[in-house]
Amino acid sequence: MQVSITVNGVERQADVDPRTLLVHFLRETLDLTGTKIGCDTSQCGACTVHLDGKVLKSCTLLAVQADGCEVGTIEGLAAGGEHHPMQSAFWENHGLQCGYCTPGMIMASAAFVRDNPGASEAEIRHYLEGNICRCTGYHNIVKAVKQVADAAAAP
Amino acid sequence: MWPNKFEYARAGSVDEALAMISDDGKFLAGGHSLLPVMKLRLDAPAHLVDINRIESLSGISANGDLTIGATTTHAEIAGSAAVQSMCAALASACGQVGDQAVRNFGTIGGNIAHADPASDPPTVLVACGATVNIQGAAGARSVGAEDFFVDLFETALDDGELITSVSLPNCSDCQCAYVKFPHPASRYAIVGVAVCLKMDGDTCTQADVAVGGATVKAVKCAGAEAALAGSALDDAALEAAAAAVKADIADWLAGDIAYPESYRQQMAGVFLKRAVRAAS
Repeated sequence: MQVSITVNGVERQADVDPRTLLVHFLRETLDLTGTKIGCDTSQCGACTVHLDGKVLKSCTLLAVQADGCEVGTIEGLAAGGEHHPMQSAFWENHGLQCGYCTPGMIMASAAFVRDNPGASEAEIRHYLEGNICRCTGYHNIVKAVKQVADAAAAP
Repeated sequence: MWPNKFEYARAGSVDEALAMISDDGKFLAGGHSLLPVMKLRLDAPAHLVDINRIESLSGISANGDLTIGATTTHAEIAGSAAVQSMCAALASACGQVGDQAVRNFGTIGGNIAHADPASDPPTVLVACGATVNIQGAAGARSVGAEDFFVDLFETALDDGELITSVSLPNCSDCQCAYVKFPHPASRYAIVGVAVCLKMDGDTCTQADVAVGGATVKAVKCAGAEAALAGSALDDAALEAAAAAVKADIADWLAGDIAYPESYRQQMAGVFLKRAVRAAS
């Protein structure tokens, strides 16, 4: 089935089997392997992307459902070669260890802070319940997100 | 994980969707219940009819009653000022489904068609006297939420029937709440209790109570309701209601190795008391 999906601002067309999940379309058809597959059961958040600006677990949507939509992935976050503030904050606060959950964490956090500038630590921890990290204990991840949330709320 | 092969078609209207569906097909809305089921090969429909872009199925209207289109997402319901004012317990329950990414795409219609006993919205719909509006080839019909949920993952939907909306009476003069004991890993309800109380001063004139999570389906709890109605919701009334709710759900208990039936039954009493206190 023919689909046309705008990924990171570029319209991409492909003929896909209807059972192709969006995450497979991104990774295997478009070779955008920044988006990871973790649990594959909508729990861990490693596959988090943006669909029309909203956070989505891309293992739980068919590529055909995204036909005509706009998808944002970690590859498209650094505009003009400059890190997105969330990427810089993860770098500065060492918000990762193995890095597997990081693309999903950053995509989820970037959307959260966009919608909730000035979010508290408790709100950040609650929001990130859908993104699981098995290395860090979350401490530096939360620190990174808080730094961006604080900066977004600053006058 | 890839689901089994299937044919996919997108419907532009309810009539078109009903014409497209056959006995070996399923309607696809947000897909956040159906796709996990298909990926785990618990189901393998031969074709999917995508109803998610049918405009008439989406949105919330508050004209006297509250009507919520089938493809309205949990996030839209949780964030709706109309739902927060007319049925605060439903806004709360929809805000506790999964996580934000799941709530952004999972729909109320898909949620109740799936009828997971540990999901949050069904418990509130049963407590608050919701009606499920259904369209099929033979015409439209409406089923009370209490009758809609038949058993574990089983509803009153016939083959080829489509949920179009859910209606709720205006609950803004009631005090309602949904309180759950979330599973520490999955956040599904080990026990979820919804209460809807009508008060005259300090006296509860009518109580509606439903329990989910501990049960194979959301169960209306007449015994607990009788114990609360007419009382001042004092400690004695709450203890009586907690005892009654355990009897109300006795025939419908669910359990697993970590949280067996007897434990969930006990917790239903505890969470009933918390729900009443949260509401009143």
